[in-house]
Amino acid sequence: MPMTIAEKILARASGEAQMKPGDLAVVDVETAVLMDMTFLPEGWREVLKLHDPSRVVIVFDHLVPAPTIQAATAHSTGRRFAARFGIERLHDVGLDQGIAHAVVADRGYAIPGTVLVNGDSHTCAAGAFNCAARGVGGPDMLYAITLGKAWFRVGETIRYDFTGSLRPGVSAKDIFLYIAGTHGAHVNQNVEYGGPGMGTLSMNGRRTLATMGAELSAEFVIFEPDDMLTDYMHQMNPAAVTYPTMPDPGCIYHDRRTIDLGTLEPLVALPDAVVNNSVPVGQVEGQHIDQAFIGSCANGTLDDLAVVAHVVKGRHVAKGTRLIVTPGTQTIYHAALRAGYVETITAAGGIVTPATCGACVGAHLGTVGPDEICLTASTRNFKGRMGDPSARIYMGSPATCAASALTGVITHPGSFFAGDVA
Amino acid sequence: MSGSNALGGKVWKFGDNINTDLMLPGPWLFRSAEEQAKAVFINNRPEFLREMRRGDVIIGGFNYGMGSSRPAARSLRNCGVGFLLAEALNGLFFRNCVNFGFKAFECPGVSKAFEEGDRAELSIDDWTATNTRTGQTLAVTPIPSMLLEMMLGGGVLPMLEAKGLIAKRNVG
Repeated sequence: MPMTIAEKILARASGEAQMKPGDLAVVDVETAVLMDMTFLPEGWREVLKLHDPSRVVIVFDHLVPAPTIQAATAHSTGRRFAARFGIERLHDVGLDQGIAHAVVADRGYAIPGTVLVNGDSHTCAAGAFNCAARGVGGPDMLYAITLGKAWFRVGETIRYDFTGSLRPGVSAKDIFLYIAGTHGAHVNQNVEYGGPGMGTLSMNGRRTLATMGAELSAEFVIFEPDDMLTDYMHQMNPAAVTYPTMPDPGCIYHDRRTIDLGTLEPLVALPDAVVNNSVPVGQVEGQHIDQAFIGSCANGTLDDLAVVAHVVKGRHVAKGTRLIVTPGTQTIYHAALRAGYVETITAAGGIVTPATCGACVGAHLGTVGPDEICLTASTRNFKGRMGDPSARIYMGSPATCAASALTGVITHPGSFFAGDVA
Repeated sequence: MSGSNALGGKVWKFGDNINTDLMLPGPWLFRSAEEQAKAVFINNRPEFLREMRRGDVIIGGFNYGMGSSRPAARSLRNCGVGFLLAEALNGLFFRNCVNFGFKAFECPGVSKAFEEGDRAELSIDDWTATNTRTGQTLAVTPIPSMLLEMMLGGGVLPMLEAKGLIAKRNVG
């Protein structure tokens, strides 16, 4: 029986000829990524036997550099664990630092056609690399690193075919806000992205879209492989043995939807929910904001920083509004330094923080206070997500956030891109 | 009720898309599991913990448990919720229910069949849920036996302990 990409990857990883919706797949885990929260004392257990150190990656990301004693303790636990089992891929505070999903992208750790797990919900980010990647729980990670396995209930697949290309000032975030606003949650379903317009999306754009799949509550979010992915893997991880996986012709999708990228416009999600909550920017234009944030595993890419720099270049952040930008990794931070983006953003009055999950998770470096209004290009706008529960969090693209930081109110980014060529 | 896998309690009803931030708010992420269990729904329904009794039941709507991977299921287990039935469970939340040994199942039609304060009874042997006020019985969607075994056995950690893969600890 023909299979979707998710079904094929799960079948191969479990040594079965066939996987279909409703099956339970018990798979070999190619890559297990442990982030710093996994090592917090309430969740971590001392590991006595490890399945295979070469399959483990450790990334400190939510709490770097450590803002609390507890975070510092978790990092110490992670370092001791890495040393004990000889885990080489340890991304500690410093040059290798970054948000786990962004580090995985930078280093080409996500192998096309294989299974990757991480105890963070946005692990689906690696679906941009044709990888069956899923956020799991802390205990799942202990299961994966000690037994080398993970289990998944196989869901139905929804297929999206892209046609056309985005207009200037419209980004992958807006594609996501369109899908979330139009089609809502995809609970227990896989999402598969492809179509003739997919090639117009950069790897960074695909990462944004794949990352945000967590907000669709999808199981696996997977892009088709193409030449752009092949080139990317050659550059980032030339030694990797990859298994690029296309869907079988005639495979069964629960639904198949076509999106003409050229028809999309900048959107904003209203506070408290990401799905079924998108409106055109014009509908909330003029809403005062105390803070604009651009960062997280979804929007801390070099493309995102380039857009922010483009919008704020030679201008100033409005009085009464804060602009906070957090690159996804220190590698991206360095690239942004070399490209002049950091200078441009800071000269405009923005703050560029070290790479961390930071403000997106309300942990540090941009936590919002009571009754504040934030416009964010990150992953979530839930009540209390970025700080005090009385704060209101709108979500938009990096371009919309940057344009709004300059005026102090939610602003359509179109005028900053009028002369550009897509 | 009959059999070893029969449970019952008073119903607390919740709507669609209840997220894990509501069950385990961000500021409590870094506190002990015991303290986390005292923060369940404090931002959206502060009376829940004051008034609920051990064994009470949560009836949820569509996509219950959406959001982050945080161990919200552990907090529900630790604060004494007997079991949870929802129209649809978020996949990641469900994993944590299995992993932390908290009974949570999908039961189509459940949000219409129960009102706040009703008594819900669950039989895992028969895969049914009953509203004792109306007498209506609904089918609960069975889960694979490997997962049910882990869920009823207290989760993944006791299993890994028994295999000698992780060190033992009394809490968590």
